[in-house]
Amino acid sequence: MSAPLLSVRDLHVTYSSGAGPVPAVRGVSFDLAQGESLGLAGESGCGKSTIAGALLRVLPRGTEITGEVLVNGEDVLTMKPGRLRAVRWRELSIVFQGALHSLNPVQRMGDQIGEAIELHFRGTDPRPRVAELLELVGLPARRAGDFPHQLSGGQRQRVLIALALACNPNLLVADEPTTALDVMVQAQVLELLERLQRELGLAMIFITHDLSTLSSVCRRTLVMYAGRVIEEGESTEVFSRPAHPYAAALAAAFPTIGDPASRLNPSGLAGDPPDPRAMPSGCPFHPRCAVAEPRCSTTEVELWPAGNGRRAACVRVLDGRIA
Amino acid sequence: MSEALLETRGLHVHFAARHGAVARAVDGVDLSIRRGEVLALVGESGCGKTTLARTLLGLERPAEGEVRFEGEPLRYGARFLRDYRSKVQIVFQDPTGALNPRQTVYEVVAEGLRVQGQSDDEEESLISQALSRAGLRPPERFFHLYPYELSGGQRQRVVIAGAMVLGPSLLVADEPVSSLDASVRGEILSLMLRLVREEGVTILVVTHDLGLAWNIADRIAVMYLGRIVEEGTTEELLSEARHPYTRALLSVVPEHEEMEQQILVGEAPDPTRIPPGCRFHPRCPLVASQEAERLGILERCNGEDVVLREVAPRQFAACHALPG
Repeated sequence: MSAPLLSVRDLHVTYSSGAGPVPAVRGVSFDLAQGESLGLAGESGCGKSTIAGALLRVLPRGTEITGEVLVNGEDVLTMKPGRLRAVRWRELSIVFQGALHSLNPVQRMGDQIGEAIELHFRGTDPRPRVAELLELVGLPARRAGDFPHQLSGGQRQRVLIALALACNPNLLVADEPTTALDVMVQAQVLELLERLQRELGLAMIFITHDLSTLSSVCRRTLVMYAGRVIEEGESTEVFSRPAHPYAAALAAAFPTIGDPASRLNPSGLAGDPPDPRAMPSGCPFHPRCAVAEPRCSTTEVELWPAGNGRRAACVRVLDGRIA
Repeated sequence: MSEALLETRGLHVHFAARHGAVARAVDGVDLSIRRGEVLALVGESGCGKTTLARTLLGLERPAEGEVRFEGEPLRYGARFLRDYRSKVQIVFQDPTGALNPRQTVYEVVAEGLRVQGQSDDEEESLISQALSRAGLRPPERFFHLYPYELSGGQRQRVVIAGAMVLGPSLLVADEPVSSLDASVRGEILSLMLRLVREEGVTILVVTHDLGLAWNIADRIAVMYLGRIVEEGTTEELLSEARHPYTRALLSVVPEHEEMEQQILVGEAPDPTRIPPGCRFHPRCPLVASQEAERLGILERCNGEDVVLREVAPRQFAACHALPG
């Protein structure tokens, strides 16, 4: 395999707040090769969207970021502003969560996409590229003249994907791209993303709390809890045979239709994720864990091989007893 | 059926749309919710499911047909509706939007009691009970908290406590977990099941999520463009969906990988222009794959309206391709 397109090494992100520093990401490492797809899963506040922001350095001023984010071997975290501007859009592009509302309501779709192209490729007429992009995401080119309110939610999500692809990036980060959409439209958008990945050889990071979606879209998945990766492996393995008790709870939250175990028996996870300013001792998941042992409150385990190319951070995996 | 708690007969709800058009949001629905059951009303956005739910609550008035609660037709006078709302309550999709940020938990839950003119001396104990039944224990700890001090799951529990404080016999829950985190989802669904089992509440849950229906519903009604197109018990309907629309919905559930995906093109068809014939025919996979033509029913699909009928024991569907 060639050198990774993206290599994240020991990433730490700490927000500053009036009440002191808030460690949101606490040592995350992963690689992504050209054309590969990776899922980032976890509940709100686990740090998954913060990672997306750190990849492009679009986090609030005063946020401390350490570690390395290497794009083709070059560290985004130490780039000069001019170089960073070139890397954004042309190398890495993000479809942000809730971006359906981020389109300018009084600007035509084509002009919004064209603006990004003109900024990066001065002096070119963006119109042919805009038409090409709209068709790429399954919209007729004439929709370039429409305003956002003339499009449905699914169509706006397509425009945002076209916008992210405007400058031909190698890596697309999609943060909860289907969460606000209806089932059938979700399926349409997922199908589009899979097709783009295949046809353009795009690498993709897909962020969501829905493990079941990832199992059909991404080959590999990282499950995050309290700012750390607690399980990683093939998405289908992580979803169908999770090793970490937290990954198991997340997987069980979306039932398999037809599975008698979940019939009239919804499965949830009591309690809330820990406050990043007051992290519990030992394994950060132990206060909510159904199979916690006394030593879990004192021992925090690193990711450890859990069979079938998976790794998980749990004492039971360390002992060879998979949860 | 004697045990129907709430039912509709020939229900039509219309809205005025632009250029004098009429949106037929609910276009002929006969639905019966039985006492003590959980019924899931399933469909895409724009199919009319929320309008139907609002009509059941007396928030919209039907253009035709009627809603009957405990056998009596709904009336629309202020006094009748106030009384009705102590028996039928709604839980909205987004608890953050449903809660007033300037009201404490206590005030939120007290509001329904005060509207109903319940006496003050019982108020605190009723609120304590409602909060603790909704899983917020000890309840006193939550009295003086504001919504921003609560997690998403706790907020939805407060909304449910506010609905339960009046002791309703029916809860209408509109996408009760779609804005919540995966881990919280099961907790709220378990709470809803407990209310049914322990307190005998009846629940109508409006959702686009078939997994949710599998988790908690006894029966499912699938709605498309203002009509119920399939209805049956959860096990039977989800293991053997008959209507091509239901089958397409099932095929796109990510966990359902043994089914070949049938992604329908387009979205939310326009209720001001309901197609002639079977309203689903322009998007129907049977028509697109020419299966309808092979079956010799294409003309009927294009031109003849089709109503719900029993296609298997206890299972009803509206499709020309089905027997019955």
